[in-house]
Amino acid sequence: MHIVDRRLNSSGKSLPNRQRFLRRVRGEVQKAVHDISKDRQIRNLEAEAEITIPTDGINEPTFRRKSQSGKRSIVLPGNRHYVEGDTIPRPQGGDGGGGSEGSPDGSGEDGFRFVLTKDEFLDMFLEDLELPDLSKRRVAMIVADTPRRAGYSMDGSPSRLAIARTMRNALSRRIALNRPTDAEKKILEDEIAALAESGDDPERLIMLRGEYDIMQTRTLRIPYIDPIDLRYRRFESVPKPVAQAVMFCLMDVSGSMTEHMKDLAKRFFMLLYVFLSRRYDNVDIVFIRHTHEAAEVDEETFFRSTETGGTVVSSALVKMREIIADRYSPSDWNIYAAQASDGDNSPGDHLAASEMLSVILPDCQHFSYVEVSESSEGTVGYVPHQTSLWRTYSELLEDCDNLAMRKVSNPRDIYPVFRDLFLRRNATAESPA
Amino acid sequence: MTKDVKTRLLYERPDWDFPTLQRIHDAIAEIAHKELGLDTYPNQIEIITSEQMLDAYASTGMPLFYKHWSFGKHFTQSEAGYRSGMMGLAYEIVINSNPCISYLMEENTTTMQTLVIAHAAFGHNHFFKNNYLFQQWTDAEGILPYLEFAKSFIAHCEERYGHSAVERLLDAAHALMSHGIHRSPRRKRPDLMSEQRREQERHLHQEQIYNDLWRTVVPAKGHHGKQETIDDRRLALLELPQENLLYFLEKTAPRLQPWQREILRIVRLIAQYFYPQRQTKVMNEGCATYCHYKILTRLHEQGQISDGSFLEILQSHTNVIAQPGFDSPAFSGFNPYALGFAMMQDIERICTDPTDEDREWFPEIAGNGDGMGTLREIWANYRDESFISQFLSPNLMRKLRLFQIGDEPGEPEIAVEAIHDERGYRKLRRSLARQYDIGWQDPDIKIVDVDLSGDRRLVLQYQTLQGAALEETSAKTVLQHLADLWGYDVVLKEVSPNNDTVIAEHSAQSRPVFF
Repeated sequence: MHIVDRRLNSSGKSLPNRQRFLRRVRGEVQKAVHDISKDRQIRNLEAEAEITIPTDGINEPTFRRKSQSGKRSIVLPGNRHYVEGDTIPRPQGGDGGGGSEGSPDGSGEDGFRFVLTKDEFLDMFLEDLELPDLSKRRVAMIVADTPRRAGYSMDGSPSRLAIARTMRNALSRRIALNRPTDAEKKILEDEIAALAESGDDPERLIMLRGEYDIMQTRTLRIPYIDPIDLRYRRFESVPKPVAQAVMFCLMDVSGSMTEHMKDLAKRFFMLLYVFLSRRYDNVDIVFIRHTHEAAEVDEETFFRSTETGGTVVSSALVKMREIIADRYSPSDWNIYAAQASDGDNSPGDHLAASEMLSVILPDCQHFSYVEVSESSEGTVGYVPHQTSLWRTYSELLEDCDNLAMRKVSNPRDIYPVFRDLFLRRNATAESPA
Repeated sequence: MTKDVKTRLLYERPDWDFPTLQRIHDAIAEIAHKELGLDTYPNQIEIITSEQMLDAYASTGMPLFYKHWSFGKHFTQSEAGYRSGMMGLAYEIVINSNPCISYLMEENTTTMQTLVIAHAAFGHNHFFKNNYLFQQWTDAEGILPYLEFAKSFIAHCEERYGHSAVERLLDAAHALMSHGIHRSPRRKRPDLMSEQRREQERHLHQEQIYNDLWRTVVPAKGHHGKQETIDDRRLALLELPQENLLYFLEKTAPRLQPWQREILRIVRLIAQYFYPQRQTKVMNEGCATYCHYKILTRLHEQGQISDGSFLEILQSHTNVIAQPGFDSPAFSGFNPYALGFAMMQDIERICTDPTDEDREWFPEIAGNGDGMGTLREIWANYRDESFISQFLSPNLMRKLRLFQIGDEPGEPEIAVEAIHDERGYRKLRRSLARQYDIGWQDPDIKIVDVDLSGDRRLVLQYQTLQGAALEETSAKTVLQHLADLWGYDVVLKEVSPNNDTVIAEHSAQSRPVFF
């Protein structure tokens, strides 16, 4: 008998089968994920999901008899009181047999329920989303340098001395220039010493001594290691794409923003965060709130505390620019910004806001502006009149591909809006308004 | 004395290790071969995790299998069931191969491993090796290499012809799988080893005889002979009527590519491999349960397993052979373990300690004194249907309190047709046996004709059984698959068995360039 321990073999042998299955039901799964993500708390977005899909596409049909047709005789165990010729009233629901005789395939009418893992869920969720204009900016997005080995150089710092390479050069030079080795000198010395002792052949002794002198001079003239032999390990700087992003959350916290509006804004920010954290190793979040003046705050303060004051949007943009200059150099960071506001701005600030935004925009991968409003059932999200801030930003829309604007009035709208904002864009010229 | 007993114990602790398993296996082999006279393939025992058990579930228990979404679906189902605690996993899976591979779950206690080794590695193993159906239809030596070939061939096709083309073909083939079986034996035993070579030969032959000229030859005008003989000749040439739909398509469908025929063949051969297992559920499980019960009782008698372990075994054994009554909420048909085990115990009783009734019903075996020999004989030569129809005894029918009901659609009430009494025994036995007859379970569908001179329409016939019609939606889908494979229209007629009147007709048109 053999005993084989298979536990060390990788499990997940049927993963390809599951992938084939998911591919087959892709459309249905996507729809289910869409519906779930509408109702889900965004902070819980990254979790498993039990979904139900219609069984149409995944039936495995075979030729089989209809379960309720034809005369059937069935043998059953456990008879207690029937005798031949008795009749049994038909059980409710037309189930023909006694008890659980119903066909096991009878449940085929219901949907097929299964659990999507966290990763599968998010993959489906983000599937047709892509970073806006990513390909365009990808080349430029760069650039932290990392050193990489690149051969040898003639000069460098002593710590980078490549000893083996240096010694190899020295050895070949010594052989080429015929520098006497210690062993050769030793043989000659021994012979001279022997001759001098015995005094047999004075002529040869003189000749050998001359030879030895020449050898000595050669040794002195040809150095063991010459500066010309030295080699240093060379390093080259290689630009590495930046795998980090910073996300600026800008929000108007003046009295006109209600809890409902803040909640909408929060959901949007959360979704953006999930999206970015899937794409980048490292995502920083900066919260900037503003009334008539702006401040960088922590998350709790950002969403919870209220301020009183007017509304000067440009103050937040100025603050954002300061922070970028201070901490997030556009060459090191992919910058995303999301602004939420009810659309109010003090009348004198339009020009300043517009100018400041056009300064910031070139540094950003994407700037999305979400205008939140009170829930108005019926007219889903589309406020008939244009707010002052909306008008201000609209002017910039034509020239900037990386600015997007949307109006939201209901939690249900968040996900579609988000999709619209980041939907894979074929033509960059497409205007999202 | 106590010390003496202790040294004879095979194991003492619930957690097992490999030397222990080896010891257990050897002790069981001793009893199985010497005392019970079992004849088994060499064993290979593989330890797997629950994760891997779920994987194995998804591919019909085989260690390697080609990839298809439906396996992913089953995996997803059983995984969900397992994770939510709705469903336990089997303790083992055993594969009809040589050497006989048994998968054991790592979670099992030593006692459970003992039970499982006796059950699978000896009970099932003996049955696989000796039952005539398995000998006739399966090739234990060749199955694993053949699955390996099938897997790589299908993976190769996916690469070459695209995932969706292969998936569509497999969908269609799976739909027809239950009708891809030869039900009567053919000339020789299947030899799966040579399948790969034969595939290459077919391929090579095709390349050799390929001549582009033949494509351009204008077919000769059909000559007008006697109509009837032409009909007969055509049917004979096409081997019609044919109940093996996949076989017919593989050999005859005009539009299939060679690789498509090969995949149909793979599905068909695998269906054929599983065909004996479908016909011997009661016997196979009964045999394995009977063997483990005998072996473990013996081990306990010899003092090789402790009283505690034996109680654990008995508890598990009792769970396995529980047969709830029809009115219990736990009832879900006959439990093959329970029925098989009860029948085999009953046969042993008839052999050794028969009553007058037994002598009357089973004159050949009653009182012959050799229960084990009789059972070995039965295991080798019967399948569920014949086994039940010959060996279900009145004694057992009384014990199980069997009764038969007749369900006539339209009738307001269900009639009790027979119970376990003098008048009912034979009726009950016949009916129960028929419930295990595959020919009775699967709808009887044949290809009866092809309109060769006209639109090449394929004609199928379904013989209704006591007025039971086909389930329409699934029949339509399967028929669509069939039409796609055939490449032309297909019609399925439901006829009544006595007078051949057509009750219903389904048809499907092939979708152009579907394959």
